[in-house]
Amino acid sequence: MTSTFLADKRSGPGTDLPPPESVRARGRGRRRVLHWLTAVGFQLPALVLFIGMVLLPMLFALYAAFFRWGGFGMPSDYVGTDNFTDLFDNPIFLGDLWRCLVLVLLSLALQLPFALAMAVLLNQKLRGRAVYRMLFFAPYVLSEAITGVLFSMVFAPDDGLADHVLGAVGLDGLGGLWFADPSYVMATLFLVMTWKYFGFHMMLYLAGLQSIPRELTEAALIDGAGAWQRFRNVTLPLLAPTLRISVFLSVIGAIQLFDLVWVITQGGPDHHSETMAVTMFQYGFKRYQVGYASAISVVMFGICLVFALAYQRFVLRRDLEGATTTMRGDGK
Amino acid sequence: MGDPALSRRGFLAASAAAGLGMTALTGCGGDSDGGSSDGTTTVEWWNISTTEPSKSVWAALAKKFEAANPKIKIKIVQLENDAYKSKMTALTASGKLPDIFHTWGGGVLKQQVDAGLVEDLTDRTKPWADGLLKVTKEPYIYDDKVYGIPFDMGMIGFWYNKKLFQQAGVSEPPTTWGGFLEAVSKLKAKNITPIALAGKEKWPGMYYWAYLAMRTAGIDALQKASEDKDFTGAGFVEAGRHLKQLVDLQPFQKGFLNAAYSTPTGQAAAVGNGKAAMELMGQWAPSVEADAGKGLGNDLGFFPFPAVEGGKGAITEVFGGGGGHALRRGAPQAAVEFLKFFASEATELELVKKTSILPVLPNAEKAMTDPNLKLVQAQLKAATGFQLYLDQAYAPAVGQEVNDSVAALIAGSKSPEQVAQSITQTAKEEQ
Repeated sequence: MTSTFLADKRSGPGTDLPPPESVRARGRGRRRVLHWLTAVGFQLPALVLFIGMVLLPMLFALYAAFFRWGGFGMPSDYVGTDNFTDLFDNPIFLGDLWRCLVLVLLSLALQLPFALAMAVLLNQKLRGRAVYRMLFFAPYVLSEAITGVLFSMVFAPDDGLADHVLGAVGLDGLGGLWFADPSYVMATLFLVMTWKYFGFHMMLYLAGLQSIPRELTEAALIDGAGAWQRFRNVTLPLLAPTLRISVFLSVIGAIQLFDLVWVITQGGPDHHSETMAVTMFQYGFKRYQVGYASAISVVMFGICLVFALAYQRFVLRRDLEGATTTMRGDGK
Repeated sequence: MGDPALSRRGFLAASAAAGLGMTALTGCGGDSDGGSSDGTTTVEWWNISTTEPSKSVWAALAKKFEAANPKIKIKIVQLENDAYKSKMTALTASGKLPDIFHTWGGGVLKQQVDAGLVEDLTDRTKPWADGLLKVTKEPYIYDDKVYGIPFDMGMIGFWYNKKLFQQAGVSEPPTTWGGFLEAVSKLKAKNITPIALAGKEKWPGMYYWAYLAMRTAGIDALQKASEDKDFTGAGFVEAGRHLKQLVDLQPFQKGFLNAAYSTPTGQAAAVGNGKAAMELMGQWAPSVEADAGKGLGNDLGFFPFPAVEGGKGAITEVFGGGGGHALRRGAPQAAVEFLKFFASEATELELVKKTSILPVLPNAEKAMTDPNLKLVQAQLKAATGFQLYLDQAYAPAVGQEVNDSVAALIAGSKSPEQVAQSITQTAKEEQ
């Protein structure tokens, strides 16, 4: 509604003298109908697909989550919220939540700062920086399955590349069981995730960095700001909108992590790398407990939803209100 | 207004993707279409022969069948064992199975039959299916109705490296659990990895517990436990304790917890390359060892799972299962023709010669040359009892729980008692 209102206001006569009330109302009514028809016409195909393939299945999953259902025919054995109470009694699922939190925190604390550092570095004048940018971005283009197979081999105990390299530089002691060690599987997995995804965030930051006007940094330089001060007080604030989006994508990605884990460990050893999506798959497709699996997907959806709404409300709000555009305007 | 649009779209996509996870995966089913305008029928054939030589031999058989039946086209879909099971779950849920699909029989096939998705083959295969060995047909029969046709049979046992056993001073394969543990210790003392295990895939670990349960509690107890939904009997806990004894010797290869079965760094390759002395595996083991690794040739030997002292079971009772094919309900007659072709003597002979299966036709036995497989075949024919793979014999949730909790026992996070309790609990929840 707000956008229509704004649009009308903008396209309206503005400071000119308004036309007589009746004429204006009639013209606006017709225009609005036309507006609607155009909008509906353009959106109908996408809308049909979205409702049929996204919305309805989602609602059905919500419905199925309240049944004990093996996936055959229609759900009929209503069990109320049993699936959900069982879920929050299930040590594996509680472990999933914990591991999800760990991944989110690790991503925010290590992966994104690393990506930012690389972006700042590759934003300098550097010989062959286009090559570096491409190299670092390449893993993101690789499919998750290929990455998984690749790193299963790299981290194969004894025979893998990782152990060979460590051995070659005299660090044999650091080599280990990697994915086969319950205590280190998450760390190794996080290493692979960082390799795979930091390039993407780096690209986001690079784009953000390039939209920062050079004059600002130069002005700060003239004012006598050191490198760190320039970064902290000029670059970082202006990069904030990009950072916020990148954090958002990173968190949502961690919540939904599936393919990489499935290919590399299938959640093992002994559930130590299992994620919510993997648990859902195990119950839905290995045990035929589709109702239970639906409950997991509903909880996942709930977590995503709550996070996304809260994030929009409290963090992205500043971007929505145009705080940065004002700042940029001031700068000019 | 650039940022909000982006974030809103991102949010929509993200939240949709989360909720969809479940359903999206269900969506990717295969579609098979029957006849086409020019009168040819396309039959989709799903199997799990992804390793050589089976892969090409089976493809060649399909070509041969097409040549003999110009009006029929065979479309082969090959999936790796575990991927196949997952995919079939999705297809079963969608209500439409491939025309011809691989099956192990047991509880999984029964569930598909109960859902009305599988063709009753009793009458359509009557004349020619009578000639197949009776024991091989049993996993596919419910209420005297035939739902699948076997193409091979088999059993699980230890495949071992004779040379490594000799090096460790184990002259005769052990026949008792005590002797087995002793052999493991001797191998370890010589710095030889005694056993290769694919810990990531869980089902190879289940074999140990299942066999031990057969040996301690007895075959009847396994059947009864499934019916009564109670696996807490002393025999089952004892089976877990025996397995724990073995695990405590640390007999498995380095990093076995994340090892797969048929990959170049997996269980079969470890034995095939002589890096581990034995594996507990089915009749297909020699060919996978040679495909994923180098293969052992004449150094490869076979011995049945040892008896447990004081247990109710005997060493002559076998655990295993065969491969078979079932048809989706309403599959074209061409699919039945193909089953007939696949169970024919000519096909069986070729399979026996080239892919080292154990034949389901008595006449095809003469083509067997491998002494190990002959040994397995003799074991099978002399078996005093037969138990189908637990993850196929039981309802899927129970079978998976067996796999999962035995894997936990092997990883050291569950006690023998907890394994018995977890399986019982899952069995009780399942109607």
